[in-house]
Amino acid sequence: MSQYEFRGDLSIVLSGEAGQGIQTIESMLTSLAKKGSYYVFATKEYMSRVRGGCNSTEIRVSSSPVSSRVSRIDILVALTAGAIPHLGERIGEGTLVLGEKEIVGYEGMIDLPLTAIAREIGSPIYSNSVAVGAICGLLKLERSVCEAGIRGLFSTKGAEVQEANARALLKGYELGVELGRSVKVDIGPPADLSGDIMLTGAEALSLGAIAGGCDYVCAYPMSPGTTVLTTMAEYSKRMDILVEQVEDEIGVANMALGAWYAGARALVTTSGGGFALMGEAVSLAGMIETPLVIHIAQRPGPATGLPTRTEQGDLNLAMHAGHGDFLRVVLAPGDLAEGFELMRAAFDVADRFQSPVFVLSDQYYVDSYYTTPPFALPDRILSNETIATDRGYKRFALGSRSGLSPRGLPGRGEGIVCVDSDEHDEGGYITEDPGLRRAMVAKRLAKIEAVRSAVIPPRLYGGENGYRVLLLGWGSVKRPILEALAALHRPDVAYLHFPWVFPLPDGVAECMGRAGVCVAVEGNATGQLADLVELETGNRIDRRILKSDGSQFAVEELVERISANAV
Amino acid sequence: MSDNLFDFEDKRDIAWCPGCGDFAIRNALLGALQELGIPRGKLVMVSGIGQAAKMPQYVNASFFNGLHGRSLPAATAIKAVAPDLVVIAEGGDGDMYGEGGNHLLHACRRNPDMTIFVHDNMIYGLTKGQASPTTRQGTHTPVQVFGVAAEPFNPIALAIAMNVGFVARALSGDIAGTKEIMKRAILHKGLSLVDIFQPCVSFNKLNTMQWFRANTYALPPEYDPGDRAAAFAKALEELPFPLGVLYESGERESFEETLPVYREDKSPLRERKHDTDALRALMLERR
Repeated sequence: MSQYEFRGDLSIVLSGEAGQGIQTIESMLTSLAKKGSYYVFATKEYMSRVRGGCNSTEIRVSSSPVSSRVSRIDILVALTAGAIPHLGERIGEGTLVLGEKEIVGYEGMIDLPLTAIAREIGSPIYSNSVAVGAICGLLKLERSVCEAGIRGLFSTKGAEVQEANARALLKGYELGVELGRSVKVDIGPPADLSGDIMLTGAEALSLGAIAGGCDYVCAYPMSPGTTVLTTMAEYSKRMDILVEQVEDEIGVANMALGAWYAGARALVTTSGGGFALMGEAVSLAGMIETPLVIHIAQRPGPATGLPTRTEQGDLNLAMHAGHGDFLRVVLAPGDLAEGFELMRAAFDVADRFQSPVFVLSDQYYVDSYYTTPPFALPDRILSNETIATDRGYKRFALGSRSGLSPRGLPGRGEGIVCVDSDEHDEGGYITEDPGLRRAMVAKRLAKIEAVRSAVIPPRLYGGENGYRVLLLGWGSVKRPILEALAALHRPDVAYLHFPWVFPLPDGVAECMGRAGVCVAVEGNATGQLADLVELETGNRIDRRILKSDGSQFAVEELVERISANAV
Repeated sequence: MSDNLFDFEDKRDIAWCPGCGDFAIRNALLGALQELGIPRGKLVMVSGIGQAAKMPQYVNASFFNGLHGRSLPAATAIKAVAPDLVVIAEGGDGDMYGEGGNHLLHACRRNPDMTIFVHDNMIYGLTKGQASPTTRQGTHTPVQVFGVAAEPFNPIALAIAMNVGFVARALSGDIAGTKEIMKRAILHKGLSLVDIFQPCVSFNKLNTMQWFRANTYALPPEYDPGDRAAAFAKALEELPFPLGVLYESGERESFEETLPVYREDKSPLRERKHDTDALRALMLERR
């Protein structure tokens, strides 16, 4: 007889104190599961501390694609007693709790003597590899694949360490196989994932930035925006990318503008609090019509808020960043492919329209990772659309319908390139002439219309044969919504997703008009997209499904809340 | 009309007050640029906000006149992206030492190959007469009505402490001397800082040109600017303040020289393109 039986996709949660090695177990396990040809999704939540506390990582292993978090826990690997109260109600009747009973002290758990086995091998530090082996054995991953995999992971650590970890894994594997006699696990048939890549949101954004021609990155470290900074720094070992950590966020944004002015394609990465300090520079970008790309990995505010957790609370801040009237564009990726696509697009839109573009992700988005087909790469990576200047060149030449004037670079051509934060004439020289002021205001406003030619329209999921209920959302809620809809079997419900959030694309009112009920789904406290849509379309959002407790919607939670609201 | 390459062919309406030291500094600057033979297209003037920060408007060359206090991060990036350009950041004591103080500290650390000229009139001009970081203690202003209490900022001592490779102080009234110092500063490889004393004829009735002449002296010819400790001691001297090149050293690598993107490939960053195959390789490593 077996108390535990898991069919289909499996939700494994690792929980322990900061510094106990959850991340090591996670990376070994996800790597081995992918090598074992299963789809993998992983997301983590952690406290704003370096040691202690209680953190957790959720890993889903499946025979079909997975890309969202669930609240259900099938298998919990607990490294500390604190894991049990930390995860609270997520530990249910059906949750198999594994770990060292002496440490965790949970009544219903199955004891795995991880440390004892690790000691036999030579040191307690190998206990993580024993734990990974146990899960691999339980999941019936190919033993030889796991052994080769762990040897690969420790290939740079010296023969002794590599050997000990392999032995630890195999010991753990036996433990898992033994456990498998009473715990039934049937994930389903493995898939062919040899061509797929597995990467985080931060990596997808970074690759997209390079595809967009990014060659300069500057930032001040701030969670969770730092993930893109460190990823780009790593990539800079192989690509021509200048990565500079700047003294503060004000310096960051001004440095990025200097870089764009001189001809680079600069990326800024930050979080809401850091971005707040960049407001004046955003306004400067508007005035000197210089491109700027800022990635904002959102976290809950106000102020320091919940530094390591997630929220979609900075849409209003980004849309209205900087004083004065000028074009700002806000893009927000909902999955890895969109992260690559939108970050690349951000550089081209910024360059073409000589304006600031913001890419809004969040902690959940940048830290989560899963398996996905490789991204389609452009044949040619674009660089800036600039001209060689002639002697009479005027940076802000008037006369085009689009408001755009060709961008020259200093030192390229016969002319000079003059930009000024004051109101200026066509040449960039300060003016207070009311006629010129009106012309320059009109020039800047014309770009708000011109950018409509580049808008990425909202994407409709479901509703092929019409829909009665329309969900509206942006950013990282996309995958949880789609998985919830798949689970709901409600052909009358469709989801309208906004990769390009601001300026709000055309056609939204029409989409809404076809629905009886419109429901916004957002990871913030007020419904910032819903407010924008109501303001721009005049249509009403009937209900708002909101969340602002620091975590992403779990699929089950959305199933429940969509059911309750999609009526 | 002047025959200076960096002057304008037409007459410009310059927004400085009649008699402002900024005019003399502009004359010295245009002379230095001309005499050094800098190609006009290669020069980028970078500034923030303030009366001094309007200088780029009055030099016939490319400029980036950005935000108050923020010239240095922009200037650093311009030089890093296109090291073949000559980059000069210019502003006043409020812009560079007040609003932009943190950027100054870190420009000193990075050591980009560019030049900083600071018009130091010990007062805020554009905002009409409030204390600046270099205002002398006890000075009364419409805001500091009981007199300035804070210690004045010493840019020369700071720069020497940070091992900036060219640190000088000039007096706007001495156009020829200022021009010579500017030329040496521009030629210096790495960061150079020149603090230029100037009177504010509208808002500083205390530190007039007469006052500056009475409270400064030229460093003697035998002074050795290569001795950092001695230079630091000199930098602490006040009333009278020494004028001239206080410290000069060529030992530090410039910011651009330390950048990994220039370790092997010396071509300006902006001339390069990413290769799709290299990107594909990066992506497929995640298999």
